[in-house]
Amino acid sequence: MTDVIIIGAGVSGAAIARELSRYERKVLVLEKESDVCEGTSKANSGIVHAGHDAVPGTLKARLNVEGNRMMDVLSRELDFPFKRNGSLVLSFEEEGREGLLELLERGRKNGVEGLCIVEPDKLRELEPNLSPDVKAALYAPAGGIVCPFGLTIALAENACENGVEFKLDTTVEKIEKMPVTGEGAGKEGFLYRVHTDKGCFEAPVVINAAGVYADVLHNMVSEKKLHITARRGEYCLLDRTVGNLVSHTVFQLPTKMGKGILVTPTVHGNLLLGPTAQDIENKEATCTTGEGMGKVLEQAAKSLKDLPSKSVITSFAGLRAHEDGGDFVIGEAEDAPGFIDVAGIESPGLTCAPAIGVYVANLLQSIRPAALKKDFKAYRKGVPGMSLATDEEKQRLIKENPAFANVICRCEQVTEGEILAAIHRPLGATTLDGIKRRTRAGMGRCQAGFCAPKTVEILARELSADMAQITKSGKDSGFLVGYNKGYEESREAFVSMEDREEAQA
Amino acid sequence: MRQVDIAIVGGGPAGLAAAVAAVRAGTTDVLILERDDKLGGILNQCIHNGFGLHTFQEELTGPEYAARFIEMAKELQIPYELETMVLSIAAGEEGRKVLTLMNRREGLFYVEAKAVILAMGCRERPRGALNIPGYRPAGIYCAGTAQRYVNMEGRMPGREVVILGSGDIGLIMARRMTLEGAKVKVVAELMPYSGGLKRNIVQCLDDYGIPLKLSHTVVDIDGKDRVCGVTLAQVDENLKPVPGTEEYISCDTLLLSCGLIPENELSTGLGVNLNRVTGGPFVNESLETNVSGVFACGNVLHVHDLVDYVSEEAKKAGEKAAAFVQRDDGQENPQEVTKLSEKEESLAVIAKNGVRYTVPSAIRPYCMEETQIIRFRVGQVYRNACIAVYFGDRCVSKIKRPVLAPGEMEQVKIKKADILAQERLSDITICIEV
Repeated sequence: MTDVIIIGAGVSGAAIARELSRYERKVLVLEKESDVCEGTSKANSGIVHAGHDAVPGTLKARLNVEGNRMMDVLSRELDFPFKRNGSLVLSFEEEGREGLLELLERGRKNGVEGLCIVEPDKLRELEPNLSPDVKAALYAPAGGIVCPFGLTIALAENACENGVEFKLDTTVEKIEKMPVTGEGAGKEGFLYRVHTDKGCFEAPVVINAAGVYADVLHNMVSEKKLHITARRGEYCLLDRTVGNLVSHTVFQLPTKMGKGILVTPTVHGNLLLGPTAQDIENKEATCTTGEGMGKVLEQAAKSLKDLPSKSVITSFAGLRAHEDGGDFVIGEAEDAPGFIDVAGIESPGLTCAPAIGVYVANLLQSIRPAALKKDFKAYRKGVPGMSLATDEEKQRLIKENPAFANVICRCEQVTEGEILAAIHRPLGATTLDGIKRRTRAGMGRCQAGFCAPKTVEILARELSADMAQITKSGKDSGFLVGYNKGYEESREAFVSMEDREEAQA
Repeated sequence: MRQVDIAIVGGGPAGLAAAVAAVRAGTTDVLILERDDKLGGILNQCIHNGFGLHTFQEELTGPEYAARFIEMAKELQIPYELETMVLSIAAGEEGRKVLTLMNRREGLFYVEAKAVILAMGCRERPRGALNIPGYRPAGIYCAGTAQRYVNMEGRMPGREVVILGSGDIGLIMARRMTLEGAKVKVVAELMPYSGGLKRNIVQCLDDYGIPLKLSHTVVDIDGKDRVCGVTLAQVDENLKPVPGTEEYISCDTLLLSCGLIPENELSTGLGVNLNRVTGGPFVNESLETNVSGVFACGNVLHVHDLVDYVSEEAKKAGEKAAAFVQRDDGQENPQEVTKLSEKEESLAVIAKNGVRYTVPSAIRPYCMEETQIIRFRVGQVYRNACIAVYFGDRCVSKIKRPVLAPGEMEQVKIKKADILAQERLSDITICIEV
C-alpha cells in the first residue's frame, strides 16, 4: 500500500520526493506530463535568490534563505550545475537609494549575509557593461544561478533511485476524501482515492504540488478554497557569445513603473533576460507574445550599455502559481487531514525547493512518523558532459564508450554517448525535450535544426520504437506524420537490391 | 601528432573543391575532415536538379554534383576522415595550426597543419532567433531539417504547411512537400521582395499555384503539442505587423526559410575576424583571413545561391592555400618571396550605396590574378540601376542592369593591369547608382 502520493513532478514535488525517500515510506509521484520538470520548473529565471525580496516572517522569506544555504551541498551531492555568482539590484534614480536600503534592511531581517550598497565606481569594476544611468546597487554575494532542469531532474532521479515510484503521463481527474475507521487510520483518518486517466491510487497522505493546478486539486477535498492565478513570465535567451556581458545576476529595483526585468548569465554561459508578469485565465497558456518579448528587450536594455538583442536564440514563457494570499501555502488542509498543500510556489520557489522538501518531510514526520532508511543514497551522478570535460576526461569517456566521440549536437557539442546516458538511467529521457534538458542537445544557436533528426533516430533505436512515435514532449507532439509516396515499395525494392548485391558478393 | 600541409574543415562542396584544387596545384599532403558519415555535405539532401550548369555545363542533382567532386578527390587519393568533429583550432608553433579532433576510431586527437581551409558551411536561422511569438509545439522546422526528413529518411514531417521566408530552401521544399502530397497553403515573406532566386519562385511556387505573400509574417503560433495553425499579418514599411490584417491559417507544420548563418564558431576561436554583414570572415583576394595561413570558402565565407560559385571560390582557396604552403616550404623562387612581402600593401574594397558587402574586402595588387572577381549582394531591389566601380574617386566602370535583387549574388571583375596602372590607389569602391 502506498503511504504518500505526491501530485506533480516539478521542482517542489521532486524535492519532497527526495526528502521523503530518506524514510521508510512507500511514495508514489503522479505527473500529467511525459517527463519530470515540464511545468513552471522548466521555464523560469534559474536564479538562486539571496532572500532580500520576501517580507520578513513569511514562509517565502524563511525558505528562501534556507534553500539558498542548502544549494552548495546539494549541488555536490546531486551533481547539477550551480554557481554562486552574486546578484545586484540596480537603482536608476537617486530616490531609488531608499528602495535599496529598504531591501537591505529586509534582507538583514531575513538573515541574508553580506548585503551592501555599491556605489557607481565600484559597480563599474564589478560589471563594466552596465548602463551609465545606474546610480547605485544592492550587492548580494549569496545570490546564485542554477540549472532548473538539472536541479529538478537530479532530485527526481535520486528519489527514484531511493525507491520512489514515478507515474508519468498520468493526469489526476478527481480526488475522493474517504473517512477511515479502525487501525492505521490515525486520529481523524482519511484515505484519499486519487482517480487518474491511468487508474485509481489510494494513500492516507496526498501532497499537492501541482503548480498552477494546486488550487483545483485542493478544492476537490477542502471547503477552505484556494485560488491560484497563472502569472505568465516571458523570457529571451541569448547566445553564449554574449553570455559574459554580465557576471552577476542583475535585477532592477522595482518602481511604480513595474517590477523590472533581470539580466543574468546562465550556468551554461548564455545570457537570460526576463520575466514579464501578466495574470492570465488559461493555465496552459505558455505562449510568448509580441508585446511580452518586446517589453523584455526594451526593459532589459535599461540595465546595459548595449544590449545585443540580435543574439536572441530563443524565447519562452512560464507560468508562476500566484496564490491570492501572496505567500506559499504549505501545510495540511484544515478540513482534510493528510492532504498537504504545497501551493502558490511562485518566485523564489526554485531556490526554496530544497528547503520545502525538508519542511514537508518534517511536517509529515510530526503527523505520521517513519523510520529513516539505512541504505539511503544521497549521491547521484549526472549525465557526463563532454563539452566541459578536460581532454583526459574526454579520452577516458571515449575509451569507455566510443559513442562519446560521436558529436550529435554540434552547437553544444553533445555526443551520442551523452544522449545514450540520458536515455538509460532512472527516469530516463523518452522525448526530444527530455534529451535536451538532460544533455543540452538542441539548446544551442541552431535550436536543434541539425541534431533533431539524429536524436529522434537514436531515441527510436534505443526505445525500440518507430521514429514516428518519438515526440517532442509527449502526447501529440510527434515530428513525423507519415511516409513519402511509394516509400514502402521503394524500400522493398531497395532491400531486395541489397539482398541481390549481397548474394552476388 | 599527425602533421599535414593543409587541413580542410568540412567535406561538402567547398571542402571537396578546395582539396581537389590544392592537390592539383601540387600540394599532396591534404586532409579533409568531415563530421557527417559521408562526403558531400548538404548536397546529399538536395535531390532536386539545377546544380552544375556553370561547372559542368549540364543539369545535375545535388548528390550527382557532389559525386563528381567526390570521384575527383578519390582519384587524386585525397585522404579524408569521416564522422570526425573538429572541436577547436589553435595557433601552434611557427605559424602552424593545431586542430583538436574527435572520432570513434581515434578518440580525441590532434592534427598540426601548415594551412587551414575553413569550409564548414552554414546553418539555418531558427524560430527562436526570429522572435516569433506563440507556443513552442512540434511541427516547426527549419526548411533544411524538413528536407532531411523527406529526402534522407523518406518521412513526411507534415501534411498542411505554411512556409515563412522565401529563401531558396523554403521554395524548394514548397515544391517537394507538394509533390509528396502535402498541401502548402502559403509562403509568407517579411520583406517586400523574395529572398530566393527568381527561377525558384517560378518553378517551385508559380508552377504549383502556391501563393507568395510579400510583406507578411507569422505573428502567432497556435497549438500546445503540435502546430494547429498560425496567424499571418501584413507588415508596414518598418516591418511591424499592421493591426487588423491578421489572418488565421490552420496547418500542422510551419517551415522556416529565413536566412542562413555561416558557422564560424571554430573561426572565431582561432581569432579570425568576421564581417557582421555576412557572418563570414573578412578575406583578401586570396581568400585568406586575417590569420595568416587560414583560408575560407563556400557558405562559411558568405552564403551563396549556386553551388557552382562555391566550387569556383573553393578552387581558388585550395590553390592559394597550396601556394602558401609551397612558399612556406621555400619551393617558390626566393626573389618572388621578397617581392611579395615588399609589396603586400593592400587596397580596401569598399561596399557602398546599396552594396551590402564584398568578398574579398581587401586586395593586394601584386598577389592578385590577372582578373579578380568581386562578389556582393545588394540590400534592396533595384530596377535599371548601374553597378559602378571606383578606383579611389575615379569611376572605372558602370554596368547597367535591368534588375538587381538581394536574393541574387552579383559580381564584378577587376583587371590586375588596370589596378597596377593606377598610382597611389588606396581603395576600390563598389556601389549601386540609379
